[in-house]
Amino acid sequence: MNPLSSKATFEIKHHGTNPCLLLEGNWRDSRERPTVEAMESALDGALNRGVPRVSIVLQDDVVWDARLMAMLIRLHRYCRDRNSELDLNATPDAMQRLFRLATAVDNPPSRPPKPPGFLARLGEGLSHIADDVGRFLAFIGELAVAILRFVTGRSQTRIRDLFYFIDLGGPKAVGIVSLISVLVGMILAYLGSVQLRQFGAEVYVANLVGLGMVREMGPLMTAVIMAGRTGAAYAAQLGTMQSNDEVDAVTTLGLSPMEYLVVPRVLALILVMPPLVILSNSIGLGGGALVAAGMDVNFVQFINQAQDAVSLGDVTTGLVKAVVFATLIAIAGCQAGLQSGRTSAAVGDATTRAVVHAVVYLVVADAVLNILYDKLEI
Amino acid sequence: MTDEEDLITVSNLTMAYGGRVIQREINFSIARGDVFIIMGGSGCGKSTLLRHMIGLAIPASGEILIEGKNFFSAGDEEQKAMRRNWGITYQSGGLFSDLTLGENVAVPLQQYTAFTDGEIRDLVDYKLALVGLYGYQAYYPGEISGGMQKRAALARAIALDPAILFFDEPSAGLDPLSSRRLDELIVEISASIGGTVVIVTHELASIFSIATNAVFLDAESHTQLDVGSPRHLVENSRHAVVRQFLSRGNAMPVAIGGERNP
Repeated sequence: MNPLSSKATFEIKHHGTNPCLLLEGNWRDSRERPTVEAMESALDGALNRGVPRVSIVLQDDVVWDARLMAMLIRLHRYCRDRNSELDLNATPDAMQRLFRLATAVDNPPSRPPKPPGFLARLGEGLSHIADDVGRFLAFIGELAVAILRFVTGRSQTRIRDLFYFIDLGGPKAVGIVSLISVLVGMILAYLGSVQLRQFGAEVYVANLVGLGMVREMGPLMTAVIMAGRTGAAYAAQLGTMQSNDEVDAVTTLGLSPMEYLVVPRVLALILVMPPLVILSNSIGLGGGALVAAGMDVNFVQFINQAQDAVSLGDVTTGLVKAVVFATLIAIAGCQAGLQSGRTSAAVGDATTRAVVHAVVYLVVADAVLNILYDKLEI
Repeated sequence: MTDEEDLITVSNLTMAYGGRVIQREINFSIARGDVFIIMGGSGCGKSTLLRHMIGLAIPASGEILIEGKNFFSAGDEEQKAMRRNWGITYQSGGLFSDLTLGENVAVPLQQYTAFTDGEIRDLVDYKLALVGLYGYQAYYPGEISGGMQKRAALARAIALDPAILFFDEPSAGLDPLSSRRLDELIVEISASIGGTVVIVTHELASIFSIATNAVFLDAESHTQLDVGSPRHLVENSRHAVVRQFLSRGNAMPVAIGGERNP
């Protein structure tokens, strides 16, 4: 018979009192292979009699692979639990060595704890929210102290780092901020034009775009871009540093992670945001003017109208928003990074958390500031 | 194929990174059943050579034949078949951190075999038992020690009983005792499954206790200085640097900047 096509089989033989499990055929390629359960039940009678040993014997032409080994290991545990042992002394050398290795350490650890149930997770989630708020406030406090030390010249912050992060966050973001701003300006203009045309008041599209960009969309859209671009980068950088033990090294070298790592990032973003917002406002107005030109409001008319509509106070409110948003984005990014775990998955989580937190902070802060401006009649 | 036939042949290999030559004129062959060590000082390109051998980096010139086949001129299917025959562990383990140990070991089995779920589960149990990790199936890599992670990576590497096992610094970060146990485990397992082993390391203890043959790469001359059994090379290498390396610099004074006498 062709050994490759021969069926895998076993039979129980008895040498004296001890049973012997005789394996025959091709256990590697055969489609029909007996299961461990079949071997176990075939041995049950002998095991119930309390035989001390079950021998494994392979016929000369047996072809075997790791799956047969895996079965024998299971069988070994089955026999051991019934106070018997599996004897492989009559098997090939390689099989004996693998068997010895696989059974050398045979005391499994306690199982890892089961994941908690729904209520436990809900409670944990709620208490995490409270922890998050606490950590956020603590972070802001530490940051304020660190910035104060920087301003008074007592900080370990490196000026070189500050310039590096200004370059990273500012000039390199000009392209994407410009693109988004021109599109937002155009969207605002289209949105307004549809309504204003009904009253023949197309020229007021400049008021809409001007005020909309300067007070709201300029700062907000720039902030959203910076949250996705710079805030996420901060979280990924600091998270990776955390997993490379770099943050620990900063601490044990006697440096303050807050002053050394966080302050340059936060200050850089605070410094680059206002110029980016001014850029965004201007380009947004340009986009609006393009659409207005299609409605017979020429460029000069548009600019004149916008000048009348937008006061310096409006521009300032936008820039105040820019500074607040920049601080929040940088805090969200740095905090997520510094509190990241040490695995690659944790760094990914930190980045996600940085962006999600930043966007939530942005929208909440924007609403609060708008209410404040309204009450103060700015 | 006879046992004597060379399993891996590296001929006139030049490795470069961005136009900078790391090593040139690498020539050696590895026989079936060998425990072959790629050794040399830090930064000489040991791991890079391994990356070339396992098809992760393309040679600048020269070729590497494994079982007579060049990985880079092979088609997709052939590449897949070659990879099936390799077990690899990486310097930092390379375990998937979002999978349990059991799932990690099951990945190659699911990828390359048509075994049933039950068979795969039994095999995973068995492979983990081989490296002394039976019962750790449900643990995540982050929950076990560095030494256990190395052994779990070994279990994944041997999941398919590969013909060739590649190890990049298997004992990096382990204490001497754990490192020796891991060495013994590697040799024992590869001998039992009839595999050939290629190890990148600079650990002298490993080099002397398990290597049958080794190649020494030199960082300064950017080429290999010697090939042979470490026990032979430590006394008889034509190159002082190799003798010095293998005797841990004890045999002769260390010239700062490196001694270049052939």
